[in-house]
Amino acid sequence: MSEIYGWGRHPRIEAQQTRDEDLVDASREPALFRGLGRSYGDASLPARPGGRVVSTARADRILAFDPATGVLRAEAGLSLAALDRVFLPRGFAPPVVPGTEFVTLGGLVACDVHGKNHHTSGTFGRHVRALRARVADGRVLELSESNEQELFLATQGGLGLTCQILEVEVQLARIPSPWLRAETSVHPDIDSLVAALRESSAHSPYTVAWSDTTARGQALGRGVLITGDWAEPRGDAARPWRWRAPFELPLGLPSGVIAPWSIRLFNSAVFALQSRRGSRLQSPRAFFHPLDVLGSWNRAYGARGFVQYQCVVPIDRDPAIVRRLFEILVRMDGASPVSVVKDFGAEGRGTLSFPRPGITIALDLPMRGAPTQALVDRLNDEVAAVGGRIYLAKDALTRAEHFRAMEPRLPAWNEVRRKWDPNGRLRSGLSVRLLGDEP
Amino acid sequence: MALRSEAIKRRASGAEGESDHARDAENPLYARTSRSGFVKAILFGATRGIGRALARMLAERGSEIVLLGRDAGELARSGADLEARGAAGRVLAAACDLEDAEAFGPALDAAFTGLGGADLVVVTAGAFAIQERLEADAGLCQHVLDLDFTKTILFCEQARRRLLAGGGGTLCVFSSVAGDRARKPVALYGAAKAGLDHYLDGLDLRFREQGLRVVNVKPGFVHTAMTQGMKAPPFAASPETVAVAALRGIERGRRVVYAPAIWRVVMTAVCALPRPLLRRSTF
Repeated sequence: MSEIYGWGRHPRIEAQQTRDEDLVDASREPALFRGLGRSYGDASLPARPGGRVVSTARADRILAFDPATGVLRAEAGLSLAALDRVFLPRGFAPPVVPGTEFVTLGGLVACDVHGKNHHTSGTFGRHVRALRARVADGRVLELSESNEQELFLATQGGLGLTCQILEVEVQLARIPSPWLRAETSVHPDIDSLVAALRESSAHSPYTVAWSDTTARGQALGRGVLITGDWAEPRGDAARPWRWRAPFELPLGLPSGVIAPWSIRLFNSAVFALQSRRGSRLQSPRAFFHPLDVLGSWNRAYGARGFVQYQCVVPIDRDPAIVRRLFEILVRMDGASPVSVVKDFGAEGRGTLSFPRPGITIALDLPMRGAPTQALVDRLNDEVAAVGGRIYLAKDALTRAEHFRAMEPRLPAWNEVRRKWDPNGRLRSGLSVRLLGDEP
Repeated sequence: MALRSEAIKRRASGAEGESDHARDAENPLYARTSRSGFVKAILFGATRGIGRALARMLAERGSEIVLLGRDAGELARSGADLEARGAAGRVLAAACDLEDAEAFGPALDAAFTGLGGADLVVVTAGAFAIQERLEADAGLCQHVLDLDFTKTILFCEQARRRLLAGGGGTLCVFSSVAGDRARKPVALYGAAKAGLDHYLDGLDLRFREQGLRVVNVKPGFVHTAMTQGMKAPPFAASPETVAVAALRGIERGRRVVYAPAIWRVVMTAVCALPRPLLRRSTF
């Protein structure tokens, strides 16, 4: 028995966690599968204290790879870091990557993750060709568009609640070199930042914006836009690239060091630094996973941890919504050191997949108890009213009422889940909090 | 795309037992890895845990690999993994169960033939159970002692014969810090490992002159399926950490490798402890 938690280190719960190499065997028991625990809140936590969870990270064998087609099949615990290490030097990249490479294939599917290329490549699920999974009645099934499609799609973004994912078959993307050519531009407020983001997405395959949530008044939501693409293997980009382990933050900082004052300082420094940069060549980690440079950076938030809040809002329906959300942040002292803004393309095929057309905002909020809950509630009021939704892989504090109001797709997904798992064999902390499961 | 499911693959090869490894080099294996970046390795018990981690490191260096193990499906999956990670050519496999000493010779013959001789044989196969279970279950106790002592030694005997016939090579066997001194929680398991240590020591005395390098790797507590659910003591390590130390030991031809290295210090201290203290302690 040990205490486990998501990446935000809030909430925490006692669990019986095993790290199994044989997922076919481990899935005989009704245990929630979790990967590397990089979802932020309670998505990978057991439904009740002492519940069983299986970490899949040791089930990480590559089962087949065809260099002619780029199709990879692997056990669900293979990490993106291992995949990058093996395949980037050979000219293949994962089709979609999130902000960290310390995630497993199973986790990428269960959260149907998106990345800087959502506007061109959609979510990870779009590139998944097949899954091998254990369903509640004990069978091990191959899921795909042509085989049990309904479960296949409900499992993408299904947070591990529909079946236990054993293997993933995914189409990798061909790349000219492992390096990226990145460009940075600075924008004085949130409106110009969003406009620049949408404009750049028309010609750049990778785009993302970082915004300063502590700037007020005229500079509200000022930020930096980063765009990029794989570099052609010429000059510096012809150099070989090697994967390196990150530097681990050995000790946690005391809670309260990351507070509005220090975040303001940090954000101003980042803003000043970024402003001076133009076009440059970057390693895949520097471009896709800059925070991975420091392992265990989540410890910087201290024992109370932090929560992440990520929503998407349909900006075409209400052009002022992004500005309103930023105003709420400033008013309620919701300073966030890492605030990401990104435009989404079309909705994916996963039944409960998060992205939809609009603007997404991701915030890291130090956990301060009631004030943080109040801030999330206030943001959720706004998001629900405008027809937006939240990202469950990040969430820890959303209330079930808010979630139901945001998700008209929920009944359809619930139906598939109940059909395949009528007795609620697979449950999580999140499913108890948001879906009304028994603990 | 379907998973490749050939049960057991063996490469037919005409050349019998002919190893091109340089016998007179200071350390044949190290010389080879540094010069051409590959070795011919036979790994027993490498579908899981430490063996898996070590096999991957050898594969990333472009080694030619044969896997020995009991489950054909597992061997095929691990073979595919190692091929994708850079192993040279096809990763071959031969059925070999540590319980079945009769199978050691034929399995090793198939492996040596498939590779056209080998530079390195690694044994990570073994069994473990906690002291309380071994005391309560005589059958289990016999099984663990038999596998970790008798069968491991019988396998090593077969392996060293073939390595010597090819002009020499490295035999890397995983023992444990538990073999260094008797302690309450590993009194039985440690006895088997102490016996194994003794044998490996003798093997070095007996055949080093003829070109056999014996590397005895002694891990402390490692987070693997074998130790699942046990409370981890200090210095608990990942299979990858242990594999890195083992490979370094193999390359440098070390007789005994503590993995991680801190265990050399810890066990030196433990060996110096007076008996009355060990009688009263729980570790």
